[in-house]
Formats: sequence, structure tokens, C-alpha cells
Amino acid sequence: MIHSLFLVNSSGDIFLEKHWKSVVSRSVCDYFFEAQERASEPENVPPVIPTPHHYLISVLRHRIYFVAVIQSEVPPLFVIEFLHRVVDTFQDYFGVCTEAAIKDNVVVVYELLEEMLDNGFPLATESNILKELIKPPTILRTVVNTITGSTNVGEQLPTGQLSVVPWRRTGVKYTNNEAYFDVVEEIDAIIDKSGSTITAEIQGVIDACVKLTGMPDLTLSFMNPRLLDDVSFHPCVRFKRWEAERILSFIPPDGNFRLLSYHVSSQNLVAIPVYVKHNITFREGSSQGRFELTLGPKQTMGKGVEAVLVSSQLPRGVLNTNLNPTQGTYTFDPVTKLLSWDVGKINPQKLPSLKGSMSLQAGASKPDENPTINIQFKIQQSALSGLKVNRLDMYGEKYKPFKGIKYMTKAGKFQIATR
Amino acid sequence: LPQYRTLPSSSPRHDDLKEMLDSNKDSLKLEAMKRIVAMIARGKNASDLFPAVVKNVACKNIEVKKLVYVYLVRYAEEQQDLALLSISTFQRGLKDPNQLIRASALRVLSSIRVTIIVPIMMLAIKEAASDMSPYVRKTAAHAIPKLYSLDPEQKDCLIEVIEKLLADKTTLVAGSVVMAFEEVCPERIDLIHKNYRKLCNLLIDVEEWGQVVIINMLTRYARTQFLNPNMNVSIAGPHILYKEEKEKKKTEATAIVKRKPYVMDPDHRLLLRNTKPLLQSRNAAVVMAVAQLYFHLAPKAEVGVIAKALVRLMRSHSEVQYVVLQNVATMSIKRRGMFEPYLKSFYIRSTDPTQIKVLKLEVLTNLANETNISTILREFQTYIKSNDKDFVAATIQAIGRCATNIGEVRDTCLNGLVQLLSNRDELVVAESVVVIKKLLQMQPEQHSDIIKHMAKLTDNIQVPMARASILWLIGEYCEHVPKIAPDVLRKMAKTFTNEEDIVKLQIINLAAKLYLTNSKQTKLLTQYVLNLAKYDQNYDIRDRARFIRQLIVPTDKSGALSKYAKKLFLALKPAPVLESPFKDRDHFQLGSLSHLLNAKAGGYQVLPDWPEAAPDPSVRNVEVKDSEGRIGLLGDTREVPEWTKCSSREKRKEKKADKPFYSDSEGESGPTESADSASDTASGSESGSGSEESGSGSESEESNEDSESASEEDEEEEGKKKKKNVEKIKARKPVPESERYDSQPNTIASVQVFDTICKPAWLYMQFLLNPPLPVSVPQTIVPSGNLKTYELLHRITGEGLSVEYCFSRQPFSPDPHMVAVKIQFTNSATSEAKSLHVEDAKLQSGMRIKEFPEIEVLPAGETVSVVMGIDFCDSTQAANFQLCTHTRKFFVSIQPPVGELMMPIFMTENEFKKEQGQLMGMNEITEKLTLEEKCQGEHAVVQRVTTAANLSRVPCGSDKEFAGKTVTSGSLVLVSVVTKEDGAAQLTVNCEKMVIGTMLVKDILQALTQ
Repeated sequence: MIHSLFLVNSSGDIFLEKHWKSVVSRSVCDYFFEAQERASEPENVPPVIPTPHHYLISVLRHRIYFVAVIQSEVPPLFVIEFLHRVVDTFQDYFGVCTEAAIKDNVVVVYELLEEMLDNGFPLATESNILKELIKPPTILRTVVNTITGSTNVGEQLPTGQLSVVPWRRTGVKYTNNEAYFDVVEEIDAIIDKSGSTITAEIQGVIDACVKLTGMPDLTLSFMNPRLLDDVSFHPCVRFKRWEAERILSFIPPDGNFRLLSYHVSSQNLVAIPVYVKHNITFREGSSQGRFELTLGPKQTMGKGVEAVLVSSQLPRGVLNTNLNPTQGTYTFDPVTKLLSWDVGKINPQKLPSLKGSMSLQAGASKPDENPTINIQFKIQQSALSGLKVNRLDMYGEKYKPFKGIKYMTKAGKFQIATR
Repeated sequence: LPQYRTLPSSSPRHDDLKEMLDSNKDSLKLEAMKRIVAMIARGKNASDLFPAVVKNVACKNIEVKKLVYVYLVRYAEEQQDLALLSISTFQRGLKDPNQLIRASALRVLSSIRVTIIVPIMMLAIKEAASDMSPYVRKTAAHAIPKLYSLDPEQKDCLIEVIEKLLADKTTLVAGSVVMAFEEVCPERIDLIHKNYRKLCNLLIDVEEWGQVVIINMLTRYARTQFLNPNMNVSIAGPHILYKEEKEKKKTEATAIVKRKPYVMDPDHRLLLRNTKPLLQSRNAAVVMAVAQLYFHLAPKAEVGVIAKALVRLMRSHSEVQYVVLQNVATMSIKRRGMFEPYLKSFYIRSTDPTQIKVLKLEVLTNLANETNISTILREFQTYIKSNDKDFVAATIQAIGRCATNIGEVRDTCLNGLVQLLSNRDELVVAESVVVIKKLLQMQPEQHSDIIKHMAKLTDNIQVPMARASILWLIGEYCEHVPKIAPDVLRKMAKTFTNEEDIVKLQIINLAAKLYLTNSKQTKLLTQYVLNLAKYDQNYDIRDRARFIRQLIVPTDKSGALSKYAKKLFLALKPAPVLESPFKDRDHFQLGSLSHLLNAKAGGYQVLPDWPEAAPDPSVRNVEVKDSEGRIGLLGDTREVPEWTKCSSREKRKEKKADKPFYSDSEGESGPTESADSASDTASGSESGSGSEESGSGSESEESNEDSESASEEDEEEEGKKKKKNVEKIKARKPVPESERYDSQPNTIASVQVFDTICKPAWLYMQFLLNPPLPVSVPQTIVPSGNLKTYELLHRITGEGLSVEYCFSRQPFSPDPHMVAVKIQFTNSATSEAKSLHVEDAKLQSGMRIKEFPEIEVLPAGETVSVVMGIDFCDSTQAANFQLCTHTRKFFVSIQPPVGELMMPIFMTENEFKKEQGQLMGMNEITEKLTLEEKCQGEHAVVQRVTTAANLSRVPCGSDKEFAGKTVTSGSLVLVSVVTKEDGAAQLTVNCEKMVIGTMLVKDILQALTQ
């Protein structure tokens, strides 16, 4: 299926290649570079590019293009999903997935790719299986290996490969048994110029960090499971139990994993946590424009709105800005016309605002694009949808684990139209 | 390891590396290999190191070895002769006791693209396909397409291997073998028939990549085997079937029941039901695969479920969004209603990449209808103000399409577009002109003012396509703007030489049309333009000019056509249809690469159209019958979730399926005497019934139902003849069963499973020679009532002959190294079966079969049991053989659960401890578990362990200890279960056969925790 993989950095150099079948010349990437040139933005390179003899399917992550070479029919999502899984694995192994990290660990990368695909078909993509086959590099292990001559490569078939729970290895041991769950919700919204909501929806995930000894069997129940409109699970979750009782029952993988992602649909009323008052005007014939922006908290359930960051792409005609923030700092890049304002925390008593003027190109006509305002923020200790975990129980093991749960709301793609 | 990044480029001969590779130290070798791999990774040529590297293929250090493999696979094709040096190492590796080493040897061996070793590869694949380890078998499946691409001549042999692996019941193998099937022989859809049900049922537990491949293949399969559920819409379902059933029962032999217009095949339903939960998968490819399956296979009313899942995928990475949106765009044309509730999810954000924006726009346009058009248009209006001009252009086209599709908003859209004509951005204006041109063509009379407005634009607008559009409009509707048109032509004549080609062509057109309608004012202008065109550089333009001159300017030579010039040029032209580029793209299987590119990619398998009439019944019957038979065999050993099973009502429908499949029926050659040899029906079924009921649950119930209804149907067909037979059978009294040893609840109780009629003397002999072993162990509980029955041949497949088997757990006296298998034949057909015997056993090496004595006659309605012995060689590989009657042969296979490969032995606790002490380390497997509530008592634990495995309890043990030995080799199998409070327990299995140990642990764990 997947013939070869090329890794291309942002300056267009191929810095790694791997072939699973016979070698495909790296000149095949020329078609990719052509498409890259045609695309105005890096993310506009088409994910699927047909060439006379091959097809190139690529993903862009961390400013690296992962270009897979395909020779015949294969579902494109299959390849895309796999490439993302490769990136996730690299991140898992090296902490970051950058060109430098990949080059530094090129042997591990090669060993990983070798295990992940056989003849172009995925073989082992579960992180715990891979970690038994190839141990992640740590400084300590590198030192020990150099002295003792031992290796990073496992000699036995990972137990997960044959077991009914391939995501968990046997014989896990911890002195402190703990299980942490983070409920993270992102709100996506489009607000029109008058402040009314055009569309708003909440995407949530429950990320878990489980470090428990043995083979624990966990159940997680919610106070209000009906909220979860559409869910997708880690393979460990027993689907039938969820269908019947709305309880998450699972034998967890070891370490970090995403247990669940869910969607609270736009049909439900979504509380919008912040509001923006804006007044951005350009007058015909004048080389000045007015800019006023005020932020305030709306339905936040008493929690503070933090880490607020406002950004907006101003029209091309704007030469420079002269603005005064009441708090935080702002920057304007005259080349990209990107305005960003790092607000910090919103104080409900004294609302942050950014006011001032914009200078326009002399003689140019009034810009007719509308800048949209994108906002990022965080609200700690609250899940916007109101989702609440009821309890977490453990079966199958006798010790008492430490359990923790954390809620957080973030802005996803939260944007406000000004005109 | 940053030092590996820079290599000494000064020494192209890599002498230092060669030296390191030749050294004795593994660490130096490793270092060298790491540097070489880093070179390969960067695309540097390292082929000259081949001899030095290949020497290390047998290196003890596993990391070095792996890196050598990497190197070898990369360069073997270039250095074929040298690569051959390494082959023997892999051949050795294939025999290694460690399954990981066996697997990786096969992986590398099959990846070396050297044609000479094709026979070796073929042999290795064949061997690995019957390996004990499912992981090795998986690797074998992966190797198949490798060998096929190296040597397509091997296809036939490889298909045999694929067929074998398709029958594999482990989830690990399923995905890989279907992948091999798709690459090697996708046209051999017949290979899937008998595995169809199994694949459906395994699907949820297969790893995600395999799921995608299997679902895609099954979509194609279903398209060839089932009827279009939307062809003849009826509320098909179990309810109706049930009614039909009842009616059928009422109607006696006379009426042949009419075919319902459409009833969904239960197997079709099974596929839909078993794939649905996978919409919840975290893997986008799996969700997409299920979505396309539903789109292509589900009844209209049910397709809707996929919309939510697809909308969810749009939250994923932008590449995923891109692919999903392409597919949603195609789907939204056919099934608009499905996505309407999610309209807002397709609203565009300024941060979306342009290619995503354009696709979302496409979907929004497809979803537009009378009710939502106003909201969509309002949304479009905000898009027009975007910074992204490509996107604005696409929006304008989208508005145009909405306007053509929805008559109510045509004028609104047109006005909006006309306003855009005064936009400052030329691209926006140009795009608007093109779209307006198309809209005006629909009703030109009402809009002459718009045409005038556009005529003025020719002074400013420079985009060629827009200029061409304006000129065409003016020419086409010159009668609506009689004053302006000649003036435009005058201006154009002035700039003619500087125009783009498409504009020039339209100027010629305009001139021709004006000449025909208003020759007084434009005759000279036209001549002038045509003269200019005559000497144009572009031959198209020269040709056009010559052609038009001949046509419109009357000369003495002008042909017959010029009479019709006006008709030719000013004919009423049909308004263009603004169509989605995604229209009709669904003739490609959705989710495929070909669909995305709208062009057939290499290796694409066409999604066949539904069969028009009912598919060839015999083919379908085979598939139904056979798969059912397999489920009987597999479904028991592996618990299929209740909700994935077919309901019995649905299954019933299949009873029409009663045609022979195998054509190679034997002549009536079997002897026919000694009718009494097969008449213990009552005893057989009675004794078996208790265990069957608990063992195979709904399955056996179904088959009972089936047999009942089938005989009724037969009655319809055969009428009196049958009744006679029944009377005959009734008249014959069943021979009473021999003794039952109920007082002794141990193995003796299972004596009843023997065929007491067939060989009574033989049976008693056996008792005398081999007194049942565990008699001296009074505590032993042998779950005689719990002997699990497996199906060997289903009634329908066997044309009325159904065969079940169970492991009787009795020593097989003719050969103590064989496992005794009790086989029970039930003849539910209307005629007697003769000469039942075993033939043509295809066995793994070392396996042996001791056939049961031939059953000469089995009258209709009777049941008979026999015992055969199989030496499984202590492996769970299936024994395949043919079961023959006087007319037919059936391919069947018996696969033993690991617990049946052993027999109990007596051991004291001290002996047990001593033996256990000698089987430590690798031979000991320990698992922690939590006992299920119902099985926390000692009795329950013992009961369950002895049910799962044929072991006996060690008497007076403090813990629950069980001992046995494998039947073939006599290796000890020791099991102990230590219970603690709260149901926690520890299971230890000691066995020198590690594979047996591992599998046993799994089985016992399942028995104790379920």
C-alpha cells in the first residue's frame, strides 16, 4: 500500500527517506514541490497529488511534510490517518516531532518505521507494542547501553500482539498507583457583527494518564451522560456497555492516551463565555481608520477567563496602527498585517480594551474586506457543556489508586465577524 | 546521537565502517550499522558496504541483526548474488522456537526481491501459514503480496495459501489476509463466501487497519451477492418474515409461497449491523469505510446514521477534513436530507485553508433548498468580503449555482451579483460577469439593462474570460441592445490585436452575429475584424475567420449553408446547467483514491452494480450454508457478542436454500445392508441434549427450529412419500441406551457418548482394558454434563445430514496418543444416508486420524454417534478431512480447543509441587485475575477449570491444583489457581510446551472471568 515515505522540511529539503518496497527515486517529490509552489499557503498543498506513475499523499505537521508514495488504489484516509499516527508516535518517543529530533534519532525512527509497516501495510501502531519492541531513547538508557552493550530492541514478541487487549502490556508495576483524567472542552463559534451566535459547538476530549499496576478494569460514569451527543472511543472502551448503561468501562492502556472524544451539538444551546465590543471603521477619502475593541466575560459560571489572546488579520491597505491597550501587550506586523494582542486575564471590574487609530495608504480607497477577530482563552476548572464525571471505580486489582480529575475549557476556532 | 548526522564524506569507500563491521565487538558493529542506516535514511548510497554488512546477518546482537535486515532489504535487489549468502540464515530463523524471530525471518526473506529465491519464499510462506503462532501467520499473509509482485506466476499457489488463511479464525490474521486477497486475487469473490459470516463477526475485534480493508472488500462483495435494498422499497424486516412464516405453516402442500417484493438477506443485515458500532472508531479511515459501506449498501432510511460521524471527522486534521469533505460533497448530492441538520457545521471560518473553504462551499451549495437558501445566501454574503480572493471567486460561482437550482432566489442572486460588478477587485467582477452571463441565458428578455451595464464594463475589465463572456452576451442578445452592440464592436475592433485568444474568438462571433442582424451598420467593421483575424498568429482564429467569412458573406461560390447562417448563429441556445463537479462521482466507491481524483487509479476494483434480479441462488446458497456451518464451528470457541448475531427469525429465511453445491457427487456405491446399525437416535440426542442446551445456546435452538420447518417444507414437496418414511421410522424402536453411571459423576458418565449399537463389544473391551483413570481420585469433578458440542456440518449444507462433535474426554483406546472425538450424525433428510465414512484427510505433518468405522445406513430422522481418534500433535491446528456419504462429500474440519489436547493424570500434592518446581522460568506463566462473582466458590472454580481443560484436580491440595499431560507427547500440564479475598486470584500454568501453556492460560482466564 504505502510504497515509500519522504520527510520534507519547510525549506523543501528531503531529510529522510524510507522505502518498504523497491526503491522509488526521490525525484518523485518534484511533483510535490511543484504543488507546493502553486499553493499560496503551506496548508493549501493538496493532500493527494497524482503523478504519472505514483500518487503522493501528504500531511503537514510541525512544519514537516510527511509525503507517502502510493502506487495503486488505497483509501486516502487510510494513508493520512497512518501518517498522523507516525507523527504521534515520534512525538511520544522523542517529546517533540521536529526535524532536529528526527535527525538525532534517525536509527530509532528507522526501526520504528520498519515495525510500523510491513510491505506498506500497517503492522504495529499501538504505542505500547512498539515500546516493547523498541524502547524509547532516554539519556540514562543511552549511557547504560554504551557501557553494557545492551540494546534498545526487544527480543520477544510483545505480549500485546497476541492478547485480546493489545493496547496494554502485561506485568506493569508502579509504586504509586494513580489515574488522572483531564476533561478538556473546546468551543468553536462564529459570532456575527451584532454579537449574535451564528454557530457554536463544543468538542470535548477526555485525556487520561493512567499509571496503575497489573490489569485494572476501570469504569467511569457521568452525572449527565446524555449531554454527549456523538462520541468516539479508544478501542479499549467496551462499546456495548456504553450503549446499554452509558458507562465507560475499559482496561486502560498504560500511560497517556485519549479515552474519548465527544461532541456537544450546536442544537444544544451553548453558553458563550466572552463577548467582544468592536468598532473598526475606515472613512472614504481619509487615511485614518478607527479601531476600538473591548472584551468582557459572559456566561463563565463564576470562573475567571485566562490566557486571552486576540488576533486579527487587518486589511491590506492598513500601513500601521497606533493603539493603546489598557492591559497586556499588542503587536502589529506591517508585512503580514497581523494584529495580535496578548490580554492575559480578564478582570470583570475593569474590562480590557484596545483603542486607537490605523493609518492607511494615502490615496488608497477604503478597504472592503472585513477583518475577523479570533480569540483564544482558557477557563480552568470548568467544562463549558456542564459535563461532570460522577465516579471512577477500579476492579481487578486490590490496591487503592489515587484518582484525579481536572476540567478545562479552551477556545477552539472562536471567531467574530466585524462587518 | 547527534554525531551520526555528519559522516566523513571524505572516505567514499567507508574503510572505517568496514573495519568496525569486521571487528569482534558488537558495540562497534552496532555503531557502524547505525551510521550506515543513517546514510540510507538520508538517501546516500551505501551499497558498496554490502559484503561487509551481509557477513553480520547472523550476529547475536539483536539490534545489529535488525539493522542488517534493514540494509539487506534496501540493497538486496541491487546485489542479488551477494544477497543469496544470507538466505540460509533466514531459513534457520524460520525454524526458531521464538515466534518473533520466525516472523522477522520470514519478513526479511520475503522482502528480498531476488527472483531466484521465489521457490524458497513460496515454501516458507506455505509453512508459516500453518504456524502455531498467529503472529507468524499474519506475517505469512503479509508476505503473499510481496511474492506476488516479485513473481505473478505464483498466483495459483498463493491463492491456495490465501484460501487457507482466510479460514483462520484469529483477528490478528483476518485483516492481513484480506489485504493479500485484495492485492492478489480480488476477482475471486467465491473465496469469501464461506468466510463471510466469520469476517462480519470478527470485524469489531480486528485491528483498525484490517477493519478498513475488510469493510471495503465486503462492500464490493455485498454488491455482487445481495439485492438493492432501495430498488423496491418495502418495510422489509423480521416482522414481515415472521408473518410469512406463519402463513406458510398454514398453507399445506399446495401453495407455493409468493416471493416478497424485497426482503433483505439476513447476511446483508448482519454486515450492516456489525459495522455500525465502528462509526464510533477513533480512526478516521475506519469511520469513512463504514460510511461508504452504508452509503452503498444500506436502505435509504438507514443511511442517515453516518452523517453525524462524518461531521465529527471534520474536527480532525485538515487533510482528514479535505478527504471527508470530498466524500460528503458526493453524498450530499444523492442524499441531501442526511446532512441538512448539520448545515452549520459546514460554515466557513476565516482560518480554514482555501481548499477546505472551497469544499465546504460545495457542500453548502449542494445542501441549499427553498427553506434554507436565505440563511445560506446571508452566509455567502459575508464570504464575499473575505481576503482570500480564490475563495471569493468560488463563492460567486456557488451563488450562481444556487440561483439556477432554486428559481425563487434567482432575481435576488442576480441583483447581488450585479452589485458585485462595481466591486473594486477585478477578479470578483470578472467572476461575477461569468456567472451573470450564465444566469442571463435563462431569461434574457427581462434583463437588457443588466446587459447594458455589462457592456460598459468592457472599458475597464481586463480579465479575458470576463471580456469574452460580455462579448458573447452582447452578440447573443444584440437585438435587446441594438444601439450599444455596434459600438462595442467598434471598440473591440480597435483593440483586437492586443486581446487574448478567447476574446478574439468572441469578437469574431460578435461581428458575425451583428452582420447577420444589422449588416447596414456593421458590414465594414466585420470585414475589418475578419481581415485582422485572417493574419492572426493563432490558427484557430484564422480558421474561425475563414469559416465565418464563407458562411455569412454572400458570394457566388457560397454553399448551401449560408442560407442558414442566421439560424446557425442565432439559434436559441439551451441555458447552461450549472452542475456540481461532484455529480455522479459515486460510481466510484466512496472513500477511495479513485473517487477523490475522479479518475480510475491503478488497482481500483470497480464497485459492481447491484445484480438486477435475485443473484444466482446456488451461489448465494453456498455462501449462506457454508458460512453458517463455519459459525457453528467457530462461534463456540470464540464468544460472539449477542448483538452481532443474526436473530433466528432472520435465519429462517434461508431454508429455501436447499440445492446441492458440490457437483462431484458420488454414485450410489455404499453398501446398504444392516439397517439396525444406525438407530439409536433417542439415546444419542437425549444424552447430548443437556450439554447442548448449555453449551451452544441459541445456535442449537435455531437448528432445532430449522429442522422443524424444513421437514414441513419437505412435506409440501414430497407429500406422501415422506409420510411413509416417518411411519417406518416410528415403527422401528430405538434400542435402549446402555448403562448410565450417574452415581459416579466422573468421566465414566461420558461413556454414553459412545456408539453403543455399533460396537458394543469394542466398548466393553475398552472398559476392561482401560479402567477410567480418575476413578482413584474421588474429588475430581469432570463436567460430563458440560461437554461442549460443536457443529461439524450444518443441516442445510449437509442436505439434511447434520453432524456435531464433542471431545468426549475419554482415552481413545486404539491409540492412547489420540484425542477421542465423538461425532453425532443426525439425518433429518427424507431419505436414508448410506455409507458414512471419512476420506482424504488433509493433515498437518505429524497429525494422524483414526477413522470411525463406516456407518452403513442412517435412516431418515435417526441419529447415530461414533468415535474417532485424532492425533493433533499437541497443536490447535485443525484437522481437515472429507465426510462422505454415498452421494456426497463434505469438507469439514475439527479444531480442538487447547484444553482438549490433554488428559488428566493422578498426582499427589507433593509430586505436583515437585514437578512445578522443575517447570519454572520460561515454562511458567502467571496471570492475575479477578474472579467473576458467580465463580468465587471453590466448587465453581474447579468446575470451570475442568470444563475449560481436561485436567484432574490434585486431591487434598491446599490450593486448587490441576494436573494433566498432553495427549501426544505426554508433557506435563500443571495448573494452579490461588484465590485471595475479594475474588482476586492468581493463575499459574506450568508446561514445557510454551504455546500450549499460553493458550491454556487464555482459555482458563476466560472461563474464570467471564
